[in-house]
Amino acid sequence: MARAAVLGRLSWQVATVSAVRRESATARTLVLDVPGWTGHLAGQHVDIRLTAEDGYSAQRSYSISSASEIASEDEATSPIELTVDRLPDGEVSTYLTDVLEVGDQIELRGPLGGWFVWHPDDPRPVLLVGGGSGVVPLAAMLRTRATRDATAPFRLVYSMRSPIEEMYADDRALSAAGVSVHRVYTRKIPPGYPRPPERIIADDLSDPDFGPDRAPQVFVCGPNGFVEAAANLLITLGHSADDIKTERFGPTGGPP
Amino acid sequence: MTTPLDGNSIAGLLRELFGRDMTAATARCDSCGSTGELARAVVYDTAPGVVVRCRECTAVVARVVRAPGRAWLDLRGVSYLQIDLPD
Repeated sequence: MARAAVLGRLSWQVATVSAVRRESATARTLVLDVPGWTGHLAGQHVDIRLTAEDGYSAQRSYSISSASEIASEDEATSPIELTVDRLPDGEVSTYLTDVLEVGDQIELRGPLGGWFVWHPDDPRPVLLVGGGSGVVPLAAMLRTRATRDATAPFRLVYSMRSPIEEMYADDRALSAAGVSVHRVYTRKIPPGYPRPPERIIADDLSDPDFGPDRAPQVFVCGPNGFVEAAANLLITLGHSADDIKTERFGPTGGPP
Repeated sequence: MTTPLDGNSIAGLLRELFGRDMTAATARCDSCGSTGELARAVVYDTAPGVVVRCRECTAVVARVVRAPGRAWLDLRGVSYLQIDLPD
């Protein structure tokens, strides 16, 4: 069945930064006003383009972290939010996290991507598996579940190096009824945490309420190595490859 | 060789060329016959373009180059694209 896709405009638009918010030790959320924005679906992303005075331009993709909204013809939607993880030698991410400030403008194209999307009217349980900044589009799905009062059971398996990198820690969408969160720390754990620091293993993905017999929809997002490892574990556990949707991020935090 | 990403990473580029989202379109690899959504394909950045490879057999399915004012799209490795449309 063909689902209505949110097309937006095909061309680059100018977005204005209306607010910024620290999201973790290394990540910042940008709140952007985009004139004429007609909404997005949970899981979609935007392309960002920065152009220097000498004409040099760099382009990156960032997932939208805010809840899905679809506007009707004559109404505008709320601003959109992107969460940018600062990479120490990142050409674009350091600009977006260190330099960009409220009132500044950037070029933006989107919303993009109609496949890695969660539709709120889908009643299936949802297993979200995010590594590092891979949690960003999954947060949009959780927030959409909350704003639309959806009741599909959700489980987020969130892998990060250490607690200081955690994003959305206080977001009510993550502690809502019907949502469970399992945190995987790969390098440093909080004091007393029962799971030792190590990369994701089959046990981390084995909650029986989200097992293959429940046929959940699975979304896996993060760096290439993480997505490969998690997807292979899920297949080994018996999940159908058709039910697993994946999105890989590059070392720059987004595709080139 | 850069870290490979997937078809989601060229959503914007493909939409520019096709006028619609193409990540959900299904392609058949002309080399091995497997089918899958473009979002699942392996994508390598080969600036000023990308190379798209079949995730099953690694054969090249498409090459896209985007230059100022125009683009080139080589789809020799694709038998067909299947696109969902509203009735």
